[in-house]
Amino acid sequence: MPEPLLEVRNLTVHFPTDDGLVKAVDGVSISLQQGETLGVVGESGSGKSVTFLTVMGLIRTGQAVIEGEVIFQGQDLLKLPPDEMRTVRGDKISMIFQDPMTSLHPFYKVGYQIVEAIRTHHKVSKQEAHDQAVEMLRRVNIPRPEERADQYPHEFSGGMRQRAMIAMALSLNPDLLIADEPTTALDVTVQAQILELIDRLKQEFNASVVIITHDLGVVAEHCENIQVMYAGKAVEFGGARDIYYNANHPYTWGLLRSIARLDQAPGERLNPIKGLPPSLIHVPPGCAFHPRCPYAFDRCKTDVPELLPTDGHHASACHLSLADKERIFHEEVMVRS
Amino acid sequence: MSVEVTERPAPQGQTERRPLIRLRGVKKYFPITRGILFQRHIGDVHAVDGVDLDVFEGETVGLVGETGCGKSTLARVIMRLFEATDGTIEFDGQDITHLKGRPLRELRRNMQMIFQDPFASLNPRKTVGSIIGEPYRLHGTVPRNRIKPEVQQLMELVGLNPEHYNRYPHEFSGGQRQRIGVARSLALRPRLIVCDEPVSALDVSIQAQILNLLEDLQEEFNLTYLFIAHDLSVVRHVSDRVAVMYLGKIVEMASGDTLYRSPKHPYTGALLSAVPIPDPDLAAQRQRIILEGDVPSPIDPPSGCRFHPRCPNAQFPRCKEEEPLLREFDPGQVAACHFPLEQAVVGEIIPTSG
Amino acid sequence: MGRYLIRRTLFLILVLFIVSLVTFIIFVKLPSSDPARRAVGKQTTPQQIANARRAFGLDKPVWVQYARFAKGLIPWPGLFLNEDVYFSYSNFVPVKEEVFSRLPVSMTLAFGAAVVWVLIGIPIGIISAVKRGSLADRAVMVFALFGVSAPVFWLAYLFLFVFWFKLHWAPQSGIPIGMSVWQAALTGRFVLPWLALSMTFAAFYARMIRGNLIETMGEDYIRTARAKGLSERRVIYKHGLRSALTPVVTMFGLDLGTLLGGAFITETVFNLPGIGQYAVRAIFNNDFPSVMGVTIFGAFFIALANLLVDVTYAFLDPRVRYT
Repeated sequence: MPEPLLEVRNLTVHFPTDDGLVKAVDGVSISLQQGETLGVVGESGSGKSVTFLTVMGLIRTGQAVIEGEVIFQGQDLLKLPPDEMRTVRGDKISMIFQDPMTSLHPFYKVGYQIVEAIRTHHKVSKQEAHDQAVEMLRRVNIPRPEERADQYPHEFSGGMRQRAMIAMALSLNPDLLIADEPTTALDVTVQAQILELIDRLKQEFNASVVIITHDLGVVAEHCENIQVMYAGKAVEFGGARDIYYNANHPYTWGLLRSIARLDQAPGERLNPIKGLPPSLIHVPPGCAFHPRCPYAFDRCKTDVPELLPTDGHHASACHLSLADKERIFHEEVMVRS
Repeated sequence: MSVEVTERPAPQGQTERRPLIRLRGVKKYFPITRGILFQRHIGDVHAVDGVDLDVFEGETVGLVGETGCGKSTLARVIMRLFEATDGTIEFDGQDITHLKGRPLRELRRNMQMIFQDPFASLNPRKTVGSIIGEPYRLHGTVPRNRIKPEVQQLMELVGLNPEHYNRYPHEFSGGQRQRIGVARSLALRPRLIVCDEPVSALDVSIQAQILNLLEDLQEEFNLTYLFIAHDLSVVRHVSDRVAVMYLGKIVEMASGDTLYRSPKHPYTGALLSAVPIPDPDLAAQRQRIILEGDVPSPIDPPSGCRFHPRCPNAQFPRCKEEEPLLREFDPGQVAACHFPLEQAVVGEIIPTSG
Repeated sequence: MGRYLIRRTLFLILVLFIVSLVTFIIFVKLPSSDPARRAVGKQTTPQQIANARRAFGLDKPVWVQYARFAKGLIPWPGLFLNEDVYFSYSNFVPVKEEVFSRLPVSMTLAFGAAVVWVLIGIPIGIISAVKRGSLADRAVMVFALFGVSAPVFWLAYLFLFVFWFKLHWAPQSGIPIGMSVWQAALTGRFVLPWLALSMTFAAFYARMIRGNLIETMGEDYIRTARAKGLSERRVIYKHGLRSALTPVVTMFGLDLGTLLGGAFITETVFNLPGIGQYAVRAIFNNDFPSVMGVTIFGAFFIALANLLVDVTYAFLDPRVRYT
């Protein structure tokens, strides 16, 4: 079994605020292999974004209390001094964000912003960097890239802006690309274009990808492995087929049941998860999901369940027995006949 | 395209009942001007460019389309937040196209709107009770001393705790704020509620709660919904009939089921094939119609069929020269296309389970 | 952009026209003594007064009088502030002479103060934004409070007292006869006036930069810049400041434009023969031609500054497009 590209071990990120300690990430472990696409699924407050912002070093000690390890290519990124971390960020690990409209600086040309990324990490001349930038724009299917490089972000459409962001993120040939809700702000046909682009470029650049999203459809189509997060913890992990055809956690069941699906007959009532997501300051004791869980029993209120493997690398953090999980899933959740 | 003044059969074919909302040839153009001292009118943004639509009482009509298709503008024209540049709008038989002043204000009691952003659509300086009760104060439909109990009743109806009457919007979560918006829109017992992307900004598990709420309220109060969204799965779930818009026009309209099982317009096909399916095996099987490029500008729409530059089925010169009209394919399904999708293609792009 | 500039220039001319008209109307309506009568002195004959009135043009109908003044505002050699119309009612010195000899003083004062407040205000605003909550930040905020609250004349006298009277570090204020503005500046006679005048602005700008920069640093594109691996210094200066300073440039242009019309309190306290001092005197003496001359100069600088600032904004912010 080769070394994982990225291994997050027991990461906690707590933010001290006036109202109390916000436990944004509370003991999360992730293992990402070279060449893999990992989907990280969760709703607001799940900690999915904070986890990867911390991996990138964009959240640091000083703003938050951080514990655990983030091992990337053998090094613990959390222990790196800021200068060294900066050589990793952007060069070995890149990140793209949700809203391409606000993620690019409105006052600088698009080409310039890509050139800036390149020249920060590689010693090349301005001309060479510019040529590389234009080439990247071409590779992300932006027509007339030489003209476009001289334009400002507001002259691009939403989809094109996201492509430009991807071009910028991949311009240094990183080993890992983190995409934080890359398509949420985009139209559905543009979304399909962007995801297909990410898939293709992943092959061309031989990179690994993490897609952070709340859209279960997106991860089903593009991710080999999926991690489900809730209230700062990982509650389930498995391959795409494990999650969709054999989910083992009541939260995952809740998500699967509550979404409207194109491949299902319409008109039946949706099954939402009752209640509201928990406060991250006053996290419920025991299993954080228990107040909303239809299957909770006494133990759930006191013991925090650990993420334990049930089958291969399929793991879930739930006190229900495996037999119960499978039964409930097949009787109540599974949609296909 | 000239305005059709004569009576046209309703797109759906249901001519016996009078529709609650009837649109004929509705256009909304936003002028573009330029000049030194005196602004000359040099062009228009064709936001809505000739829409016919009937909405019957008690039904939910879904309106889907992407950025620039005009669905939000159309909704606001129906709500008379904008005045139509051309065409007619009838509400329950009454022509409301150019209504002004007092009659327009009274019309507002019958039509309300729920907005997308639960953060931005509530005044942060007002208490929830005040926000929900405002329609009563403005229209004088409820005496002052009865406002609070009425509002609290509404709050309970939408699933909010009536004791939170004096709280401020920022003390509520996104889903709760949207409930406040729903309560506010119900205050005057309107007949039509236009929902403009009501769940897009919410978490998935909360979306389902709000959609169920809307469904329950529709039954209880015999509401009619115009449901605008870009999430096709959601629209299909809630709508009886769905209209697909592209660049200011309706390109296809059918019942929810028909549209998703046998779409005729290639744009509809592209939309459907782009929707991610939460099922890895089905997702792997399906084919995609990936559209090239971006939506063209509504200032200068393409000639003939507006979709021709991006259409995988387009055949020239017909598609470039002749604009297709909406025609009936199957009972209850209309589409504007010269070379509609074959069912075999549809089977590949839309996976069905079982 | 061309269309826009033409439109703005036409408006500028319109504005100046309206300003001159309103100024004229105010003086016509003002219940004050007849300037002709005041000019000729105590012992007069009606004939002398009538002659004076004719010389001042006061015997003509109102709109003819206005037309004479308006003609003198056209920026054409020979017409502009011509001596037939534009002479002081108190001492008969041509307005043109006074204004042009005083303009360099006011300009030196305004530009110098501007340089000082930029050099003080902006760096401390940046420090206080970057090190938010620290001791440096609090110190800057205290300074800002002080600078914004302390009136210019109080500061002026304070500085004079401390730095000239007690410590003898600064030379005596004012410009002695015979010394050019240049020499005065070089011998340090403007230093205290610059400091006093700039304090309020420096304080205000520091606060504004601080607020803008804090807000800008929370924007998404800053997160992208950091994600690219840029050094924090580059993120702050090239990405943060670039956005945060843009509204400040606008303010700077407007402030400078206003100051060029004369900072009369500072000029009075420091005894600098600038336009501001002249304007105040003219107003107290009901000296209409002088007031008109000075007002139009002031209005011109402000209107021009407005125009330049708007145009500059379009260069700084590429999203802004004027048609």
